[in-house]
Amino acid sequence: MHFPSATGKHETKFSKNYYSVKKAISKMTESAITIQNLTKRFEDKTAVENLNLQVTKGELFGLLGPNGAGKTTTINILCGLVKPTSGKAKVYGYDVQKETQKVKELIGVCTQETAIYPYLTGAENLELFGNLYGMKGKMLKERSVMLMAKMGLKEDAKRKAAKYSGGMKRRLSLTLALIHDPQVAFLDEPTVAMDPQSRHAVWDFIKDQKTQGKTIILTTHYMEEAEELCDRIGIIDHGKLIALGSPKELVAKNQAKNLEEVFIKLTGRTMREEA
Amino acid sequence: MKLQRISALTKKEIMKTVREPAVLFMIFLFPVVFVFAFGASFGGVGGSQTVTYQIGVVNLDNGNSVNASQILLTALSNTKILNVHIYANNQTAQSDLSQGTVQAVMLIPMDFSQSLASYQAAPNNPAKWTNTTVSLYLDKGSLVATQAIPPIIQQALAAMASQSQQALHSPFHVETVSLFDVKTTSALDFIAPGMFTFASIFLIMMVAQSFTQDRENGMMKRIRISPTTPTEFMASQVASYMGIALIQAALVFMMIYALGFRPNVGIPAYSFAFVLVLIFSLSNVGFGLITATIAKSAGAATGLSFLFVLPQLFLGTFVGASLSSGAQVAGKFVPSYYVTNALTSLFLRGAAVTSPAILPDLTVVSVSCAAILAIGIVLYAKYFKI
Repeated sequence: MHFPSATGKHETKFSKNYYSVKKAISKMTESAITIQNLTKRFEDKTAVENLNLQVTKGELFGLLGPNGAGKTTTINILCGLVKPTSGKAKVYGYDVQKETQKVKELIGVCTQETAIYPYLTGAENLELFGNLYGMKGKMLKERSVMLMAKMGLKEDAKRKAAKYSGGMKRRLSLTLALIHDPQVAFLDEPTVAMDPQSRHAVWDFIKDQKTQGKTIILTTHYMEEAEELCDRIGIIDHGKLIALGSPKELVAKNQAKNLEEVFIKLTGRTMREEA
Repeated sequence: MKLQRISALTKKEIMKTVREPAVLFMIFLFPVVFVFAFGASFGGVGGSQTVTYQIGVVNLDNGNSVNASQILLTALSNTKILNVHIYANNQTAQSDLSQGTVQAVMLIPMDFSQSLASYQAAPNNPAKWTNTTVSLYLDKGSLVATQAIPPIIQQALAAMASQSQQALHSPFHVETVSLFDVKTTSALDFIAPGMFTFASIFLIMMVAQSFTQDRENGMMKRIRISPTTPTEFMASQVASYMGIALIQAALVFMMIYALGFRPNVGIPAYSFAFVLVLIFSLSNVGFGLITATIAKSAGAATGLSFLFVLPQLFLGTFVGASLSSGAQVAGKFVPSYYVTNALTSLFLRGAAVTSPAILPDLTVVSVSCAAILAIGIVLYAKYFKI
């Protein structure tokens, strides 16, 4: 478990809470996310329909689908932001509707929007969100410095985020989602509109998170990204899960050359058309 | 509820205010520049007002065949400028004066008719006159009252004595009872309480913009995903905007002090004024939240916020004194009116913090501001979640 200064004189209430959460986690099953018969309707539109899915701890799961397929709605339900019409969803055994606060402490979410405070510096943004998760002092500073270094933002830590390039803002947004070292990270198109260099930096970072045993749910429009990173992929269309398996399994099962071809065969659309 | 989260979000909001040039201007520089420009421009005594003034009369005159007090009251009513209210005793009249119900109280002495009779008996022999003094209490919080009412009374008394408005000598003297020297009063003194109120009104716009911007750029969603509870979030917002209101009031006070505002009050009165402004800021946060609920974008929020800014500004601050009587009645439906009225009683009428002139206003301000804030929070939470 990677968490700087979790013991010693800088141990805080956060770290105590953290270890109590960790203790509770150890009692649970190997399932990080369990979705059962999940349905979400918005007036006359069904965004998610009878979705069943299980993601194991430490898995990097790719959720693919055309725009409006129901990916973000599913993530929003798992974060406790949206109430499902019916069905259940659990994160680390906690019901996302009934135990939302517990779930919030376990998850980190990188939203589609580049959500940062432009008038704060990169370091201040991290400090703020660290504080919201109960982190403070040396522990927070060390984690902040480490994350910024990994995301190539160390030199710009004291610059206002408003002055960052688009790619830097996306990387900072991703870093904010992970400041509290969450057990489960929802990364909603984290590399969209990034240059290749930034994208590979993010890929390395995501791989690093996986080696630390974190569970990651990744949505992306880039097929090569999904093939490169994901252990398993679920393709969702019109709110329904239409395919599930490892990238190799999906390619083999659909007799396709690559994942993009699988996607076209199953949905009738290319990702690029949808993006 | 974790204080760490509240303080982190409060700090963030204050940093935003300090670092965003547009916010900094609207919140701090605009009120200060406005007060300076307005105060410097209208530092002298203001112009005349053609409105009706309410005057209370306590008639102690014993009366006789002359019945001078009735002649005086008829003369005052005939001016069409003064609306006369008769009081049974001075205490009740003073109470209404301190609450601004009447702009002046005139005390007609017991020997008033006797004095007129002595004058009529020997109009050219002042040695035989029974001199008497009419006491006049003025609303020190009203520029027009202090400027306009004494000459009208003087004129009516002089006319009674000589049947000529040009008469210079009579047995009647008017004593203006006031701790406040009217002759040295500038317009700034009269508008200063309203300026205090004015300072934090633009918080409405700032709150509305802040909430809609955070909603647009996804920050509100990010906060909601964190373990921050709605109570912690709203507490941080209210705390930060109250802090900003306090700084605004301090800056405005420094500016009007520099321009010459010197109310004859002590530290408790100043402290109370700041507390009142803090309570008032709650209503502005509430109106800001209501605006943010209605507005779909930050741009729309700026425009819509004027639905609340303008009534608060025009009906309840220093601007209100020069509006029509209808507008002044409408002012009673905005919290800023009661804040300005309480501050006027405090600074200009010399009312004590615990006096009946202040407490009703404080009650109205507290209740209405808390209600507006609650409505704002409930509406915003219902439509957008916090």
